[in-house]
Amino acid sequence: METVDLATTPLRDLNAALQAQTRETNRTAWEVLNPRGVHAIAVGLDAPIQVTVRGSTGYYCGGMNKQAEITVTGSAGPGVAENMMSGTVVIEGDASQYAGATGQGGLLVIKGNAASRCGISMKGIDIVVFGNIGPMSAFMAQAGRLVVLGDAGEALGDSLYEARLYVRGSVKSLGADCVEKEMRPEHLAELSDLLSRAGADARPEDFRRYGSARTLYNFKPDNAGAYG
Amino acid sequence: MCGIVGLFLKDRALEPDLGRHLAAMLVTMTDRGPDSAGIAVYAAPQPGRARLTVTSAAPEADFATLAEDLGAALATEVTLDRHGPAAVLHLPEDRLAEARAALPGLRPGVGVASEGRAIEIYKEVGRPADVAMRFGLADMAGSHGIGHTRMATESAVTTAGAHPFSTGPDQCLVHNGSLSNHNNVRRRLRHGGMDFATDNDSEVAAAYLTHRMAKGDDLGKALEHALHDLDGFYTFVVGTADGFGVLRDAIACKPAVMAETDQWVAFGSEYRALAVLPGIEGARVWEPEPATVYFWRH
Repeated sequence: METVDLATTPLRDLNAALQAQTRETNRTAWEVLNPRGVHAIAVGLDAPIQVTVRGSTGYYCGGMNKQAEITVTGSAGPGVAENMMSGTVVIEGDASQYAGATGQGGLLVIKGNAASRCGISMKGIDIVVFGNIGPMSAFMAQAGRLVVLGDAGEALGDSLYEARLYVRGSVKSLGADCVEKEMRPEHLAELSDLLSRAGADARPEDFRRYGSARTLYNFKPDNAGAYG
Repeated sequence: MCGIVGLFLKDRALEPDLGRHLAAMLVTMTDRGPDSAGIAVYAAPQPGRARLTVTSAAPEADFATLAEDLGAALATEVTLDRHGPAAVLHLPEDRLAEARAALPGLRPGVGVASEGRAIEIYKEVGRPADVAMRFGLADMAGSHGIGHTRMATESAVTTAGAHPFSTGPDQCLVHNGSLSNHNNVRRRLRHGGMDFATDNDSEVAAAYLTHRMAKGDDLGKALEHALHDLDGFYTFVVGTADGFGVLRDAIACKPAVMAETDQWVAFGSEYRALAVLPGIEGARVWEPEPATVYFWRH
């Protein structure tokens, strides 16, 4: 286990050391102490290593992650796992706004609640939130799956494309062009797989599925007057 | 971008340490607002006495005999506490208006930062650590306080443009964001008789709340009205003699995080500002909801 204490080690030294790891590294287990809300911890990693951050992080923790498995034992600030490509980011506490924004792959697990704009413009990432998510989540979400064991705030999935949203609790309101959809066997199967990978104790049958009505995909000549 | 910190003490035993904790919180928000900083401290009120916090570009000359001169002009007892380039004048509460009227004649270069029974406002251009040091923030005691680090977007980098803004006795407001309808709101409030010292959008928000509270709203009600009447991006933290309130606009893109223990309630633009507080490890930490009023009172 490699231990880095941010009370004594500069953040840039930590990130340089983590980013220097390769696929073949044998320094696979890392522990980060005293994060105290600092920004950009463990960003841009590209190696199959495990990083445990003991405490709470600031903006953009785990951003652009590839391959690595990053765990934050506290809560995460805005933009956690932003633009993640692959790997796993687990937040034991809550996540602030735009968690998993623009993520292209990998799995983001938030064991507490996520604030507004969770999964905004997600492009293939999978996000599992054990608690609730805030307003405007999955705004313009293009691909990937967002699973919420709790409730969703206002305007869920506004203007979304092909991302699939699964919510067990209530949805305060759906955004433009987001509709409830039939839960077919393939959806129950993928949800079951996501719940099990996230370690969530929930039954797929208790969820509802939401997705795009696809009415905003093409410009309607009838609306041309609105742009005159 | 700006940084906000706020600390409301539930445990009175912590009151001597308010300034020390607030100073530590303020400095963590330097990257969010390096151009100016300000603090409102709510100190213990004394029966029948008011505080007038004044500033000067030439404090040695202006403050040397100010208490005596003002006391003589009003024929009452005035005392003065120096805090670097600022000073707090203590005088009978019922003589406050006279004191404000007499001050420009006695000391043309002295400005008033705040008035009230408890409030003291200190603000200046400069990096937050330097501003806190100049005023001696770390040694101040009080029941609650608010701090702001400013990165100016809407008006000039001047001491008058720094936060907190105080537009009524014991009231103050700090703001992260920008208002889009402040000119209209300012015009309406001017028609109603309010004066403005700057072109700053945040001063308008402060004056708006003062106006609502003068009409009988409590702070919570005034903040609810603000949701309707103030347009733009904002996270506000507002102080009154006995408490503080928090409000974010409906989109809530300006960050905010809060923490509470049995001893205190704290606000920070970021968790970094809360990480310096005693007992943060065991605190309940949460993000205030958009368009939702929060306030705490003693």
